Amino acid sequence: MTAAGPVRGARRSRRLAGAGAVIRRRLLVAVPVLAATSAGMFALGAASPIDPAQQYAGAAAFTTSEENLAQIRANWGVDDPLPVQYARWVGNLLQGDLGWSTSRHEPVTAVLAARAGWTLLLVGAALVLVLLASLLLGTLAAYRRGGWFDRALRASAYAVQSMPVFWLGLAAIAVFALSLGWLPAGGLTDITTTGTDPADVARHLILPVTVLALSQAPWFVLFIRDAVADSLRDDHVLAARARGLPGRTVLFGHALRTALLPFLTLVGTHLPELVGGAVLVETVFSLPGLGAVTVQAALGSDFPLLAATTLATTVVVLTANLLTDLGYAAADPRVRLDD
Amino acid sequence: MTDLAAPSRLRRPRRPVPRTGRAGVAVAAVVLAGAVAACLLAPVLWPLDQSAVELGAIRLAPSGEHPAGTDDLGRDVLHRSLYGLRISLLVGAIAALVATVIGGCVGAVAGTVGGWVDRALMRVVDTIAALPHLLLGIFVVAMLRPSLGAVILSIGLTHWLSTARIVRSELLSLRTRPFIDAAISGGASRARVLTRHLLPHVLPRLALATTLMVPHAVWHETALSFLGLGLPPHLASLGNMINDGQRSLLTGAWWASLTPGLVLIVVTLALATLTGRWRDRLDPRVRAELNL
Repeated sequence: MTAAGPVRGARRSRRLAGAGAVIRRRLLVAVPVLAATSAGMFALGAASPIDPAQQYAGAAAFTTSEENLAQIRANWGVDDPLPVQYARWVGNLLQGDLGWSTSRHEPVTAVLAARAGWTLLLVGAALVLVLLASLLLGTLAAYRRGGWFDRALRASAYAVQSMPVFWLGLAAIAVFALSLGWLPAGGLTDITTTGTDPADVARHLILPVTVLALSQAPWFVLFIRDAVADSLRDDHVLAARARGLPGRTVLFGHALRTALLPFLTLVGTHLPELVGGAVLVETVFSLPGLGAVTVQAALGSDFPLLAATTLATTVVVLTANLLTDLGYAAADPRVRLDD
Repeated sequence: MTDLAAPSRLRRPRRPVPRTGRAGVAVAAVVLAGAVAACLLAPVLWPLDQSAVELGAIRLAPSGEHPAGTDDLGRDVLHRSLYGLRISLLVGAIAALVATVIGGCVGAVAGTVGGWVDRALMRVVDTIAALPHLLLGIFVVAMLRPSLGAVILSIGLTHWLSTARIVRSELLSLRTRPFIDAAISGGASRARVLTRHLLPHVLPRLALATTLMVPHAVWHETALSFLGLGLPPHLASLGNMINDGQRSLLTGAWWASLTPGLVLIVVTLALATLTGRWRDRLDPRVRAELNL
């Protein structure tokens, strides 16, 4: 028994032995992919009918002389050949200069720095909530599958699944903010306050986080329910039952544990949907996050800001997928990275 | 785990699909038939002037004259919801077709050419699938300026991935079948093998993939319109109406967003139920997996 600790540790480290090679291989793929994505976005941006000089000048474009506009164009080099412009843009990106947001009139880096935190908070809180809720509800439904709880849960999951998240958000505002008056209808803090008091922010985030979690819940709940129902018929679960272990231990300790492995991948592949949901939820609840800013940038055809948020999200999602795969290898002894 | 570079494709768990009984399918079929009939007959029986405004009837609560109330410009919500559904289904269907064409071409090239072309194309598919497609869609629309064409293109460019995967894997498995060998040794050209022997086998799945995509496309269009990045604001689209309703909501007129949302939910649910049933029929293996 005394040797169990070190042996187990060694096994775990061997399991992640190929992690370095995997990360290298993924990076080898990610770099061309990011290059292709950025080139595609740049081509779309270049094909867009918007003149950046007029956009910069705003209403003044009508009174500014043609020479001034030409001067702005020359300064920015927007009439250079496209490959030159693309190379310059990517060069600036790599040096950390993300450009100037034409819709917000400040550097893109400043916008990202001020907004990204709120989006991470929203998405993170919603993810934790949806994971906890779906693990509990899905497992309980699987335990008595075909029973009233299972049927009710599945029916509501299909119903919620077909509700657009922005409509859910509006319904939540109508009921909990306007009719009942329990929670604020939007924003991050009370209009009267000046700072960001954590308790105030938390109260403002209850509705958005719940709506985002609820909109994502059906996939997770149905998946856990099916996976646990499957693993309840596995040999090791039958063995645990035969040994006379209490039902709760078998359900959560044996059946849920094996069902969790594929679930890990589902979380990774579901992240993009969560981000899409966050964009809509932030817009409905007027939260000052990246999603809302992206929509404003899109309405103002603000290429630098849009490209930066899209690329940043791409990097985050690709990294999260890599982490999920590494986590999978760490969690499942049958998976070896160095094979 | 020999190829960990592409595990997301290998291990991607199958998403749960609705399992409904006979009664559910019948209800879904009736709802969908009714919705399509209403959309087709609406211009004849109950024409709508898209730009008409009635300032004397602003934000009227649901009543006999206006069963779903009126919005903040005095327009009948039920009437406009019907036209919204019409345009949403139309945009959804066209966008799904565009996506099918793109995905079908990519999948056909990957599945017939094979080799590094296949690997490269599938890597592209995997990567785009890993990105938030609402964000990509927003980017496309913003750069092309919001319009009907931009919305369709935005949906088409972000939704072709599953079709490409389906066509490719079908072609790969068909290629090894004896009748293809027979056709080739019989002297059939590459084009003939593709159009006469491979395509007819892929078509049912392609049709299913297109239909499965319609609810997603409708959703995407609604989301874009809701954000103000979709169809022109005066057009009665479900997303535009829910967006308009947001303004009325804060003044207490909750009904302006309610009906367009309910119409969207009921129709997409019916569509998903029917296509789910169709998928089960076409693929007994999936059915066995889900029959718990």
